[in-house]
Amino acid sequence: MTTPVDVLIIGAGASGAAVAWSLADTRMRIVCLEQGDWVKSSDYPSNGRDWEARGIGDFSFSPNRRASDVDYPVNEDGSPIKIANFNGVGGGTILYAGHFPRFHPSDFRVHSLDGVGDDWPINYQTLEPYYAENDRMMGISGLAGDPAYPPMSPVMPPLPLGKAGATLAKGMNTLGWHWWPSDSGVATADYDGRGKCINLGNCLSGCAQGAKASTDITYWPHAIRAGVELRTRCRVREITTNAQGMASGVIYYDANGIEHFQAAEVVILACNGVGTPRILLNSTSTRFPNGLANSSGLVGKNLMFHPYAGIFGYFDAALDGYRGPLNVIRSQQFYETDSSRGFLRGYTFEFSRGRGPVGTALADMGSSRLPWGAGHHAAYRKLFNHITGMVAICEDLPEEHNTVTLDPTLKDSNGIPAPKIDYTLSENSRRMLDHAVARASEALRAAGAYDVAAESPLSVGGWHLMGTARMGTDPARSVVNEWGRCHDVKNLFIVDGSIFVTSAGVNPTSTIQALALYVADSIKQRLANLFD
Amino acid sequence: MDKFELIAGENPWSAQQRRSLRCLLGRMIPASVEYGVPGADDEAIFADVLTTARPHANQVDHALQRLDALADGSFADLDATRQLVVAETFRTEAPALASLLAAITVQCYYRDDRVMRSLDMEARPPFPKGFNVEPGDWSLLDAVRARPKFYRDAP
Repeated sequence: MTTPVDVLIIGAGASGAAVAWSLADTRMRIVCLEQGDWVKSSDYPSNGRDWEARGIGDFSFSPNRRASDVDYPVNEDGSPIKIANFNGVGGGTILYAGHFPRFHPSDFRVHSLDGVGDDWPINYQTLEPYYAENDRMMGISGLAGDPAYPPMSPVMPPLPLGKAGATLAKGMNTLGWHWWPSDSGVATADYDGRGKCINLGNCLSGCAQGAKASTDITYWPHAIRAGVELRTRCRVREITTNAQGMASGVIYYDANGIEHFQAAEVVILACNGVGTPRILLNSTSTRFPNGLANSSGLVGKNLMFHPYAGIFGYFDAALDGYRGPLNVIRSQQFYETDSSRGFLRGYTFEFSRGRGPVGTALADMGSSRLPWGAGHHAAYRKLFNHITGMVAICEDLPEEHNTVTLDPTLKDSNGIPAPKIDYTLSENSRRMLDHAVARASEALRAAGAYDVAAESPLSVGGWHLMGTARMGTDPARSVVNEWGRCHDVKNLFIVDGSIFVTSAGVNPTSTIQALALYVADSIKQRLANLFD
Repeated sequence: MDKFELIAGENPWSAQQRRSLRCLLGRMIPASVEYGVPGADDEAIFADVLTTARPHANQVDHALQRLDALADGSFADLDATRQLVVAETFRTEAPALASLLAAITVQCYYRDDRVMRSLDMEARPPFPKGFNVEPGDWSLLDAVRARPKFYRDAP
């Protein structure tokens, strides 16, 4: 048995890093267990000529495709949308694009405003100071003044428009539709030890320049300097409890498969919307036969993704191709509910720039646009650097039949039961996706595209994992309370996307981290009576 | 030992399978004098394909068995006209296997120095030099700036 600690955090990704950094000023003994490794910037694909191949290989965002020894397998046969994650210091922020939008005020009141889902027990104003603090810690670029949002102040100027952004912006202007520079975790100036973006164009495989705000280079250096201990290659099997029903620590395996027990006064889960319910469901005991913190029966239920559509236009003019960060501009023209559209809630368009030489070929090699044989080269040159477009990121509503459970047979390399995903795309989501594809096609045509292609939903698009340990004031209808503490276990907290009540129609990282900082502050304010 | 074995070294496929694969690659992306590029059956590119395909050895083996079955023998031994017909049949009847071979091939082809140069790319990785992206005309945003707020207030 190792020396007991005051706070044990499981997971070193977006939320684990933020909560560790915030709690460090309490001078408590804090340890974070991370099942993956540190990733060296020199190991990122952009360092090599095979950068595109590695992006769909050992740096794929699919854990099943990477299948490295730090990954756990996921049975996703029951879902049309496949799971994406990364296991290592930084977690999903290693491979995310860096999109950093906040929720809107209406996103916390979906039931009151639109009669669907549930309201959050907190609101935009609750999180606003934490959004701002997180923007400063992560180093966010963007532009103030967006009429789609309450006022905010990004800490760096926006990313360049480039040829693609300008082309798309002109199309949106032609239609009179909203667009705005992306809020982005990609630095446009040297910031807190990070170099500014040099347009490597490969953000989704890790940033070799260090311009993208992954938490291994934002929060973690500060947290470690403040005394937090981060142990890598430590995979947690279960959270243990004592006779009083409080969490007593965790059992984990080290890199050699040796089992350890780490005692702790407080345990914080930060393992994303799949990893967190997996650990809770694996933490069974006589007192908690259905998994820890699961008296509501809602652990693992209400899984939300953001159903994505990808829509791309083909242009005669040369665009940016593989150059530049993925983030450029976004549109929230169709974000707030308008029931005349045939669905409730809405979506964001996130525009991208283009594709690399391999990506260009991969996307169209199976279509008539890029034939095999003598016509290949001429056709390819018509495509390469001539494609740009967007994704629509649609709000997913909570439904209890969308679940993370434990697979009865599939296990990871330590023999820990693996998660099983069952998910059905709702009719509301389907209508929203159809609307998004139609509007995106209009926008691309208005921008000058001579042809448009779409994939809806994007099968690989399970990037955002939310809702499986939801927040609420009613213990019968939620897993954690309004400040992240489990109703059933008063020294167990959750700070990742699991606690989302609804998903909004934007990328969740900004809100996940703002919530983590808010929960940390709530803990700090209640230290004298934290377990009451 | 034929020249294909010299190129391939140790690999999981038979000499006949490698000959068939190399021929298929040449049908998929042929050399072009007009564009000054080699075909995907170029010696160096083919060697890269064989290396890159190794993690998918079983699927590639299955694909090449299917290809040769469609050829009633060795795909490589067919005349050019017949190869084109069989290649098209292969794509139609075994799309997943054809896509796998195509995916491996383009990964290798479009990182070849000669091909990259023909596309006006520098033959180098993105890092550390990076690329230039023009800042763009931010006056495009003026119309949007003029819009009133349209998010919903919520208590």
